[in-house]
Amino acid sequence: MSRTFVSIIKKEFLHIVRDYQTLIIIVLMPVMMLLLYGYAITLEMREIKIAIVDHSKTPQSRALINHITSSNFFDIKARNVPESQFEDLFQQRLVRSVLVIPQDFSRSLNSNPQTPVQLLIDASDPNAANYILKYLSQIVTEFEIEQNPRLHFPFRVVPRLLYNPDLKSEYFFVPGLIAVIILLISALLTSLAIVREKERGTFEQILVSPVHAYQIVVGKVIPYIALGFVDSVIILVFGHFWFKVPVEGSILLLLGSLILYLLTGLSFGLFVSTITESQRVAMIVTLLMTILPTIMLSGFIFPIPSMPVIFQYISQIIPATHFLKIIRGILLKGSGLADLKNQLFYLVLLASFLIAVSIRKFKTTLE
Amino acid sequence: MNTKPLVVENLKKSFGKVSALRGVDLSVDRGEIFGLIGPDGAGKTTFIRIVVSLLNADEGAVYFQGKPVRENIAYVRSRIGYMPQRFSLYPDLTVEENLRFFGDLFGVPLKIQKERMERLYRFSRLGAFKDRRADALSGGMKQKLALSCMLMHEPEVIVMDEPTYGVDPVSRSELWEILRTLTDEGRTILVSTAYMDEAQLCDRVGLIFKGEVLAQGKPDSLLNLITDPLYMVKTPQPHRVYFELLKHFEAVDCNIFGNGVHVIDRHSVGAEQIAKILKQSNFDFDEITPIRPGIEDVFLKLIRTANPSAKPEQRGELSA
Amino acid sequence: MNANEKYAVVAKDLTRKFGAFTAVDHVSFSVSRGEIFGFLGANGAGKTTTIRMMCGLLLPTSGSALVAGFDVFTQAEQIKQHIGYMSQRFSLYEDLTVLENIEFYGGIYGLSRKQIRRKSRELLAYLKLEDRANTVTAELPLGLKQRMALSTALLHDPEIIFLDEPTSGVDPDSRRQFWLLIYELAARGKTVFVTTHFMDEAEYCQRVSIMQEGRIIELDSPQNLKEKYKSESMQSVFLKAIGEESS
Ligand SMILES: Nc1ncnc2c1ncn2[C@@H]1O[C@H](COP(=O)(O)OP(=O)(O)OP(=O)(O)O)[C@@H](O)[C@H]1O
Ligand SMILES: [Mg+2]
Repeated sequence: MSRTFVSIIKKEFLHIVRDYQTLIIIVLMPVMMLLLYGYAITLEMREIKIAIVDHSKTPQSRALINHITSSNFFDIKARNVPESQFEDLFQQRLVRSVLVIPQDFSRSLNSNPQTPVQLLIDASDPNAANYILKYLSQIVTEFEIEQNPRLHFPFRVVPRLLYNPDLKSEYFFVPGLIAVIILLISALLTSLAIVREKERGTFEQILVSPVHAYQIVVGKVIPYIALGFVDSVIILVFGHFWFKVPVEGSILLLLGSLILYLLTGLSFGLFVSTITESQRVAMIVTLLMTILPTIMLSGFIFPIPSMPVIFQYISQIIPATHFLKIIRGILLKGSGLADLKNQLFYLVLLASFLIAVSIRKFKTTLE
Repeated sequence: MNTKPLVVENLKKSFGKVSALRGVDLSVDRGEIFGLIGPDGAGKTTFIRIVVSLLNADEGAVYFQGKPVRENIAYVRSRIGYMPQRFSLYPDLTVEENLRFFGDLFGVPLKIQKERMERLYRFSRLGAFKDRRADALSGGMKQKLALSCMLMHEPEVIVMDEPTYGVDPVSRSELWEILRTLTDEGRTILVSTAYMDEAQLCDRVGLIFKGEVLAQGKPDSLLNLITDPLYMVKTPQPHRVYFELLKHFEAVDCNIFGNGVHVIDRHSVGAEQIAKILKQSNFDFDEITPIRPGIEDVFLKLIRTANPSAKPEQRGELSA
Repeated sequence: MNANEKYAVVAKDLTRKFGAFTAVDHVSFSVSRGEIFGFLGANGAGKTTTIRMMCGLLLPTSGSALVAGFDVFTQAEQIKQHIGYMSQRFSLYEDLTVLENIEFYGGIYGLSRKQIRRKSRELLAYLKLEDRANTVTAELPLGLKQRMALSTALLHDPEIIFLDEPTSGVDPDSRRQFWLLIYELAARGKTVFVTTHFMDEAEYCQRVSIMQEGRIIELDSPQNLKEKYKSESMQSVFLKAIGEESS
């Protein structure tokens, strides 16, 4: 590597270190976001407040309630409240769902047609409602199998949740967070780093030296690769040891794809910096074009299949969509290179395209 | 009760281990222009920031119209106009939009805004560019626009930190005419500057050095601080004559000026002897005449005497 | 001697427009090698724009210019090897230390590690900054910063040095020290192209040009200009020249 190159990298590192406030934010942000999401989401999803109305009062109905209490997904807040109070319970957010076991529950267990067990869910948070429904149906299924070992239906669907059998949301948000934080650091910080020099006038001094555009561009980017990499490792380690997120696949592949994804983010930041002149604009453009779609459209929060068709297409352009498939695949399914080659290929393509465009567009004059 | 616009008593301020001000006393009278001069890093900006209540002093006090600044921040700020050293404008607004914004900000009635704008355009010559965005202006034009923005309102006391940074001589002289009109109308101005010709235009000047006031008074009275005879060796090649003279005089006493070298003759060498020295070594000069010192001579002499390490000496080669 | 060897900079009808506005309007001048050339003018006259065109930072709209024998239109890369430039805004990194700045600029000009080490030692000694090598640049007084900026612009030993208002805001003593540096460079055969608003500094130049609204209205030695305008100092030459022009 040429001296020129090394100097630029070193200088950029010094800027990062000198600006210790930003540095602290960069290092602490992933940890804080993890804890925030971790505890906010898990507590919610762990101890769902439920009310149970047992009209049956039989050993079977008690067994079902037992199943529910022992699952530690649910926290039974009220029992046998009259139907007239359901509305209040929901309105005052005392419970998120009410389970009503009918009077003929035990009798109908082995008969046909069955009497349905009634489940009321507060769906104002559709995501949570979804979870509640899934948890409960799982518990109910387990209960049914236990109660009725010799099932005589022609067939029945027994859902078995693979890869995340406990429906742990950590498994979901740790990869998601990595996707968001890496993008935040790589795209935002690089675009700001370059535009800042334009604003301060130090750029002019570099431009009169015989350095090449690509040296400036690549030299400025490398420190942020390192930074983003450190951050993602922090999240992974934290996620693995604190939230017990498994790492089923190859660590090497995991780190490799992290770097690849980082590069995509960086190349995007670069691109933004070549088309903007002020830090303010750079920041807004980057946030709008990276963070927002990553959170909304990549499948981090809202499942892609439930999006309107047009957004489903858009989600396919977003690198995070593909990265999420890769990282979830590696962490939870133990997917290998062969399984993920399409996604990886897309990221390589996107990053090289953006970097090439940025270097081309990068002006070595003040025009 | 003392109601002078500004009275400063024994002001001290340190930043960590560095003491920026070590006991500054001065006062500014109503209707006068008080100039602050001093080498870079002498403490002028710190002093000014304390005066306008942006910084707190460690010791000492500033009185604004008799009221201690520290306890009357709102009162002071509403009556002092302050122009910081690197004043930033809104780069995305045009020249006129910037001026109007500051006019509105200071609550200047529209009619008066218009009059002032005309006057300020005359000095800044920015009238032709009033629809240009501020970020497309040249360095000096930006500075003049910043100055004009500040002068959109005419507070009782105006404090300016190096207002003429990068401003060309024509605009500088026109600016000083504006400042003079303002003081004639009863306003008071405290201004720091790196231009000694501007110091000469002040009613009184204070020379700050290493956080202390080395001298203050009317410009003409400061000139009396040089008592030894002062000669000017007029020459088209001042630097070569300068280096020759350094062999015979102390560096404190020789200074290059535009049209020649000024020599303070502390040991009564005399003009003839100086001429002889230069002729011996075949140096080209037009004449050697005794001159009256200017503020710049005083400035250089005072700070070099106060800080002997600052004197320039024969320099080593800066190798390639 | 052909023109290329005699002149460090030759500009002919150099013009630069920003949209419909002509910032630099058919400017022609040449600067000899080893000359100290003063580039004076009112604010907004087009000095910085002209310098930027010669440093390869802006493309001229029309006209031609050779800098160190290279064409500003086609050979900007070669020009950059041969020039040093100090921009009007202080352009060292304020958050880096003195030494780090020197190392960085040495690095981007491709100096070897050894060269950089030697150079920085020399420079620090020269600027009397040995004990402040690890001070963050932001904390230095302006006069020192400017001398430091000049020294870093010289790290790669350029033949031509463009200085855009290097002494603005600098006190009388530091300005003199700065000019001693400039003299020394000229004595070593470097060409110095300098803009200033201090008219006593104009007198230190061998020739000066005075720009007004994009055009060069005077170009001569300070002596001749003083004779022409029957003035004692460049200050009054300037006031008269610009005054006449704009009235
Ligand atoms: N990017 C730009 N867009 C539009 N106009 C510009 C741009 N850059 C400079 N100008 C205009 O060109 C003219 C010349 O500017 P320049 O910076 O060259 O002046 P200057 O002589 O260096 O002035 P100063 O003494 O104030 O530094 C000014 O009117 C300025 O507003
Ligand atoms: Mg300029």
